[in-house]
Amino acid sequence: MGKVLMKGNEVIAEAAVQAGCKYFFGYPITPQSELVAYMARRLPEVGGLFLQAESEIAAINMVYGAAGTGVRVMTSSSSPGFSLKQEGISYLVGSELPAVVVNIVRGGPGLGNIQPAQSDYFQVTKGGGHGDYNIPVLAPASLQEIVELTNEAFDIADRYRTPVILMGDGMLGQMMEPVEFGERTHSELPEKNWATTGTRGDGPRRIITSLELNAQSLETRNAALQKKFARIKENEVRYETYQTDDADYIMVAFGTVARITMNAISKARQEGIKVGLIRPISLWPFPEKPFLETRDVVKGYISVEMSAGQMVEDVRLAVNGHAEVDFYGRTGGVVPTQEEIYQKILSVAGGSRYEHENSF
Amino acid sequence: MSMKTVFKKTTGLTDNPTHYCPGCTHGIIHRLVGEVLEEMDILEETIGVASVGCSVLSYEYFNCDMTQAAHGRAPAVATGVKRVLPDRFVFTYQGDGDLASIGISEVIHAAARGEKITVIFVNNAIYGMTGGQMAPTTLIGQKTATTPFGRDESIQGLPIKVCEMLSTLDGAAYIERVSAHDVQHIQKAKRAIRRAFETQKKGLGFSMVEILSTCPTNWGLDPYESLEWIKDNMIPAYPLGVYKNKEGAE
Repeated sequence: MGKVLMKGNEVIAEAAVQAGCKYFFGYPITPQSELVAYMARRLPEVGGLFLQAESEIAAINMVYGAAGTGVRVMTSSSSPGFSLKQEGISYLVGSELPAVVVNIVRGGPGLGNIQPAQSDYFQVTKGGGHGDYNIPVLAPASLQEIVELTNEAFDIADRYRTPVILMGDGMLGQMMEPVEFGERTHSELPEKNWATTGTRGDGPRRIITSLELNAQSLETRNAALQKKFARIKENEVRYETYQTDDADYIMVAFGTVARITMNAISKARQEGIKVGLIRPISLWPFPEKPFLETRDVVKGYISVEMSAGQMVEDVRLAVNGHAEVDFYGRTGGVVPTQEEIYQKILSVAGGSRYEHENSF
Repeated sequence: MSMKTVFKKTTGLTDNPTHYCPGCTHGIIHRLVGEVLEEMDILEETIGVASVGCSVLSYEYFNCDMTQAAHGRAPAVATGVKRVLPDRFVFTYQGDGDLASIGISEVIHAAARGEKITVIFVNNAIYGMTGGQMAPTTLIGQKTATTPFGRDESIQGLPIKVCEMLSTLDGAAYIERVSAHDVQHIQKAKRAIRRAFETQKKGLGFSMVEILSTCPTNWGLDPYESLEWIKDNMIPAYPLGVYKNKEGAE
């Protein structure tokens, strides 16, 4: 199969189908509605099922029910709808059920708007719902990368019995690029011997629950979850570095912002300013390694985000005072331009530091 | 002399002792559900969905695969299970706080879609687990922790009649309200559960049995008074009977 020109939201949907996801429970919300519509058309072709739920809350709980039977299942939403899914996501974590949840982030808080944003970073990387937990979060920067990461998202979900979040901004969902759906890599995955499918006389009954009334028992269970999170942190970190070898300053950006930032870096390099980029692909677990390797060498880092400064906190934790950490962000659906980011690089690397870290 | 077995506990229930209060009719309703599952020989193909409230631990008692849903979401979870496994039998077991309040949207839409699931809806007109607060089903004048002066229509509004409401939906195939307050009614309740389960087996659509149930602890009555209270107060407000029988109408 050669390259096809598709919209980001549709690429996510097609990649999910090719990863073996035959069940999708969704609810319309801009800017991810094409994903839902694509699934409605596509899933019957593969003998799967698309169901439009009455709300995001119902959709995520349908996902919970379906995931409990052991099939690959997905739902998608955008920020306000994603907030509504948090209850169900916490239950998926507590009951250790695999599923992929897509968040095509838009401007917030509240109803906000439908323009691209990254302001759900805290929500996706720090838990989001109630209880002690983290969820693997993958943030593609191109439509081709969506193909790879959607496939990996399902594998990670099955490998660790956890929901996995695929996070893009509205721009990634709406843009069109040529993509190629190559041969899918198959990982060795554990058998789903926990699924509730009816005992069928082939063993003891199974129970899926996150309830643990005894405090000691719940603590034991939480400790097991934490161990799992530690395994994920060890094995599932993904990032890309760009021109960091000789860099005096390193930009940090993910998703589409990373692409704009790369253009700003090229311009800065032409002016003789040595700038590089760390692009986290897994937002959780956050890639600490490239910071540990560079933090005693570089002069500073600049986190560029479509938020008021969220990932920059993880950058500071990784840098841990070894170098300056600066920030440039736009919010409310405003996409930072290459020129703005270049000016930010100049303001930091050019000698005179700005008074204020933020652009607003 | 050989011993003859004249009665044995249904295989539809586990041997776990239940945690329900003395005089609570949850135990009876569990047994009815278990018996019907056993008699229809569908235990091995059943996935039950537990809810949140007093019956939160029902997954410990029903002897089949079980999954635990978030508060009110059991019909959505059951939808997910049934849509993936259409040849399995799927039921939810929910109280009135769970179903009629926080989960009213999920049950309405499951019924509207004609989901081929069965809802066992246990209505005791109060939140039991959390300590006796008003439910949407609390009767006018009924005192609860959050209606200390009695439910007042002008403040808390009127009770929701779930069977009457859901029976207006075309996707609902079988809807009946029964009571667990005496032997005769318990027998009727079992027949209703059987008909609802058969409705699902036949693929006719959504089925629900509402069972009027006691809460001696939070009603502040002894077990016997509680049974009388169902008869004297709940049945007049929640008339028993078949509200929808799609098959019967055909």
